[in-house]
Amino acid sequence: MADESPRLQYLKETFGPKILDAHALHGDETVVIRPEALMEIVRRLKEDLRLDFDFLADITAVDYLEKKQPRFEVVYHLLSLRSHRRLRVKVPVAEGEPEVDSLTPLWKGANWLEREVWDMFGIRFRGHPDLRRILLYEEFRGYPLRKDYPVNQRQPLVPERPLAGTFVDARSDTKLLQLKQKLEPKR
Amino acid sequence: MKPEVKELPLEPMELQMGPSHPATHGTIKLNLKLEGEKVLDCDTEVGYLHRGFDKMSEQATWTQVIPYTDRLNYVSPLINNVGYALAVEKLLGVETPPRCQFIRVIMSEISRLTDHLTCLGMAASELGAITVGFYMIEARELLMRIIEEVTGARLTITYVRIGGVKHDLPPGFAEKVADAFRKARQILADCDRLLSRNRIFIDRMCGVGVVSQKTAIDYGLTGPILRSTGVNYDVRKANPYLIYDQMDFTVPLGTKGDNYDRFVCRFEEIGQSMRIVEQALEKLPMGPVSLDDPRVVLPEKEKVYNSIEGLMHHFKIIMEGIQVPPGEVYFPVEGGNGELGFYLVSQGGGRPYRVRVRPPCFIAMGAFHEMIKGYMLADIVPTFGMINMIGGECDR
Repeated sequence: MADESPRLQYLKETFGPKILDAHALHGDETVVIRPEALMEIVRRLKEDLRLDFDFLADITAVDYLEKKQPRFEVVYHLLSLRSHRRLRVKVPVAEGEPEVDSLTPLWKGANWLEREVWDMFGIRFRGHPDLRRILLYEEFRGYPLRKDYPVNQRQPLVPERPLAGTFVDARSDTKLLQLKQKLEPKR
Repeated sequence: MKPEVKELPLEPMELQMGPSHPATHGTIKLNLKLEGEKVLDCDTEVGYLHRGFDKMSEQATWTQVIPYTDRLNYVSPLINNVGYALAVEKLLGVETPPRCQFIRVIMSEISRLTDHLTCLGMAASELGAITVGFYMIEARELLMRIIEEVTGARLTITYVRIGGVKHDLPPGFAEKVADAFRKARQILADCDRLLSRNRIFIDRMCGVGVVSQKTAIDYGLTGPILRSTGVNYDVRKANPYLIYDQMDFTVPLGTKGDNYDRFVCRFEEIGQSMRIVEQALEKLPMGPVSLDDPRVVLPEKEKVYNSIEGLMHHFKIIMEGIQVPPGEVYFPVEGGNGELGFYLVSQGGGRPYRVRVRPPCFIAMGAFHEMIKGYMLADIVPTFGMINMIGGECDR
């Protein structure tokens, strides 16, 4: 983009090739950075007074299965409490053993947000103190927000009771069954 | 014979509070480590109400996500509706007509009132002030009736559409709001007299659940919890959306960051929200409530039934969804509990590729152990009450 904001310019000048892309689509300033440089760049974003992004608003991820290479993108939303400006930092992460640095040394609030990304996408965070599932249960297999996880796949913690004899069954399945049994001896 | 003296064990006791506990209005499990009655540590387990909001939204068209957003923070569903619609509109690059923006602000603020009244009323009744609980529910009922009259439902309202709202306000709306506010103000004055200088209430709330300004920022807390520590951050002021920049209101701030400050912040915000509604009603312009854009808004029913173009147009939007260009946006609004952000990714087409909500009370629950460490077991109840955890939003 031609009309770039001074902050994006400054970031590009400071980090050079560590920044893969910078744009302000729909007015949201965004930088895409190399995963190795995440800690360095975010620390600078937080501590450099010219940038001053002292507030971590959100961490999430997007799975671009077969749409983009590398497959995952971890998305950070930063905010400056003084100037009220926002910045989106995106980190591409490859398939296989997806892993990025944890931001818990910078913000304690990253703890739960990263746990949620781990829970939903299976992206590991290097140096996270307590990487457990958070919304789902420990026995859950797979990562539901990945695009290759089927929407209707059920994983009940307690096995679901068979329908036989229940109200639902009495109305639908048994009647069919009875009908079949009635018809079968005649054959 | 000498009586045998038994020493009590010295190691900390582990106690599981929840997931269903009468004093925590919300399904949540707290794994506590106690020394006597003192809380040494707390491991919070959430997720009991997880329904897969993100995954469901990916299957639905852009319009079909709106009913799901009702069920996020279900005590202030209108704010969720508005936040989501604004995010999609930003992605589409359209802006709604002025009357629609005013209506959205009015309804959001009435929703914020119901949110705060629920939070404060429940928190007070959990501390024994059950009268206040009922009074506040009564005040909320007045507002709920208004919401019901406008939207047709009390809780799952789905009032906002992409590019507008479902329909205009009913006749005589302003008078009804004025009447409800007059009654609500009387009730709130009673509640104020019952609570604000009540010895028991102050003892339970003051100096309990303290978080410092630095810790609050560190954990990403927003809303009344952040403002109670003295940080002046309100999305309505910081990144004004809709017509909030034309409204005259103040953001109440606390100083100590304890439960009492959070209570006062919320209580004052009720008054400010009423001020916003009254100003907006005064300035409310005439005009359409929906965008005049056939790409986004459904045609009028008359056209659908009487012309083939109208029918096709209707069919296209319902079956294929609104066509949203590829891109991504993050749109924050001020929810009842703090910054409610919607991060949407579109790959083009009628369905969202990714819908992410920044849930303010999920993040606040992440800092709960920090708020309660070193306090007594009984302090959990007011501290938890003041976070106002809403399961639908926290667990999505």
